[in-house]
Amino acid sequence: MHLHRYEKIWLALGAGGLALFIALLCVNAFAMGMAPPSNMEMIDPAQVTQTPPFDNPGLKKVGENEYDAYMTAFAFGFAPGKMEVPLGATVNFHVTSPDVVHGFQIPGTNVNFMVMPGHINSASYTFDKPGEYLILCNEYCGAGHQVMATTITVK
Amino acid sequence: MKIAVFSQTPVDRSTARLSLSYIWVAYAAFGLAALAGMLQGMVRGGLIELPSWTNYYQILTAHGVLMALIFTTYFIIGFLLSGVARTTGGALHAAALRWGWAGWVLMTVGTAMALVTIITNDASVLYTFYAPLKASPYFYIGAALLVVGSWLGGFAIFSSYRKWKRENSGKMSPLFVFMSVTTFLLWIIATLPVAVEVLFQLIPWSFGWTSTINIMLSRTLFWFFGHPLVYFWLMPAYIAWYVCVPRVIGGHVFSDSLARLAFICLLLFSIPVGFHHQLMEPGISPGWKMIHVILTLIVVIPSLMTAFSMFATFETTGRKKGGVGLFGWLKKMPWSDVRFFAPFVGMLFFIPAGAGGIINASNQMNAVVHNTVFVTGHFHITIGAAVALTFFGVSYWLIPALTGRTLTRTANRMGMVQTVFWAVGMFLMSFAMHYMGLQGSPRRTSYTTYMDHPVALEWMDYQRVMAFGGGLLFTAAILLLLILGYLTFFAPKGKTEYPIAETETVQHTPRILERWPVWVGVLVFLIVMAYGYPILEQLNHHPPGSPPIRTW
Repeated sequence: MHLHRYEKIWLALGAGGLALFIALLCVNAFAMGMAPPSNMEMIDPAQVTQTPPFDNPGLKKVGENEYDAYMTAFAFGFAPGKMEVPLGATVNFHVTSPDVVHGFQIPGTNVNFMVMPGHINSASYTFDKPGEYLILCNEYCGAGHQVMATTITVK
Repeated sequence: MKIAVFSQTPVDRSTARLSLSYIWVAYAAFGLAALAGMLQGMVRGGLIELPSWTNYYQILTAHGVLMALIFTTYFIIGFLLSGVARTTGGALHAAALRWGWAGWVLMTVGTAMALVTIITNDASVLYTFYAPLKASPYFYIGAALLVVGSWLGGFAIFSSYRKWKRENSGKMSPLFVFMSVTTFLLWIIATLPVAVEVLFQLIPWSFGWTSTINIMLSRTLFWFFGHPLVYFWLMPAYIAWYVCVPRVIGGHVFSDSLARLAFICLLLFSIPVGFHHQLMEPGISPGWKMIHVILTLIVVIPSLMTAFSMFATFETTGRKKGGVGLFGWLKKMPWSDVRFFAPFVGMLFFIPAGAGGIINASNQMNAVVHNTVFVTGHFHITIGAAVALTFFGVSYWLIPALTGRTLTRTANRMGMVQTVFWAVGMFLMSFAMHYMGLQGSPRRTSYTTYMDHPVALEWMDYQRVMAFGGGLLFTAAILLLLILGYLTFFAPKGKTEYPIAETETVQHTPRILERWPVWVGVLVFLIVMAYGYPILEQLNHHPPGSPPIRTW
């Protein structure tokens, strides 16, 4: 099959750039620990409100200025309602759903993941700037999807 | 209404009637979908409120189903059937016509069922119908009929291809036919898992025959289909770019074998990639996600081949017409011919669209844009601009070619205006969507200020820009339907060319490109490699299932 010389150059540059890009993605994900949220833990969706720690959603201090936030996302809200952490706190969010699929996103941060019934999903973030951060559901979950939000205040 | 088909058509009357029947259902769906889309934009922009008997998510479901599934699938089958007939002697034989009509009937019954359940608000689950949101069983049955009907349309193409092969043994098939066969091979293989999801998971569960559903499995089966779906939209547009547009500008196919190779690459690397839609989900390990990301990004190669081929054709043709200097050939393009202008504008949109696609597919960057309105902006410049403008450009010659009428100078000029309106509207809307998405504004969400949260209030100006773009798009949609109605029923009778380009000289195309068992074999291997283990895991190791839930 005949390939024009310019086309060979064009494709070689494209393929080379692509290979470099893929290599960077792999380094990012596996060497630098920036893989997407992929928690493998499971839970019975019908028993969420009886299963610790989701029976009592909230912040638990696990280190010096580090917290685990156990949360539930349901139609149409999040539990706990509001949270507050000190400036510079690292928060490990662990979220599950007792009903349909929801999303969990904090605009302005890289915290963005799916919340699925039967699964627990997690992401961590260190809040270096003070303010009231919006937490919203970004997966359509029903008639009240647009009001499903809460906040986390960093002081 | 009966559409008169006059004698001077490049394909015979029965093929023209079949093809037009598909195309007009496509545009009827397009009109309704455009109305729904405009209303959504206005609601989200905070400009109007919907009456109490409907809601944002109902019209969002209607917009998604009608645009992404009905308009595209009907148009594609109608276009490809006519092109296959045109390049295999001008007519479909009786068996192909029967498959074609059987497909049309099944699809139309399915579409009607799905539409009724959407109108009665029993299916506001959006076109991705994520369980455990439960729609009416008749919505799922309608979807299944639509898919199975589209397979019959594919069988019409396969049947014509086999007949041509029998009568021309040892020859390479015409490029248009080869590409149509590849497109439908992709479609049938890609829709098998969603058919399994609908038939064995959703329908029994929605009737109450099974009490719970495996959510993870249903999502995996859906996205097995969901990504090749976008290539199913794109490949017919590529057919127009590779085969029809070169003829419109008076040029030739740049390279027959490269065109075929690009299509084989698309066939292989569009299916085993669905996890890139599930990057932010629990229950799938980062390693498997990365495998799908790598396979996804390989699509860059056939895309670069296509870009090269297009501009090589434009330059070669422009220089032959006397274009000199580095860019002089560009001036020789038929800029005032809508048959060229509309698809060309679509191609321009595809450049940023491709870049946005790479962002979406990349592991880490996806965390910034996942489920934000950035993604909506992305697929509005791929399907809504690159593909849709190409389909419009094709319709401007295809409909008069099939009805035996002509694209008059005025109709052509109106088509140019329509293209500009559509392009400007899409540019404004998708620019606002991309920008807001980067700020974190979610997709598929009705108007909200999140209790006047300052972050959300900052999005409002862009939401109004988005609504304004949507208004321009709706105007362009109405203009399009008026022009196409004119071309179907009122334009002067005459001969309209069905543009099919050929290579300038006889080119040697490697025979391996048409050995289907080889490519289907490679594809099955890739699918088993990418999906075999994860699906086994999801079947054997899963949390308790979910009961049906209605939250609207």
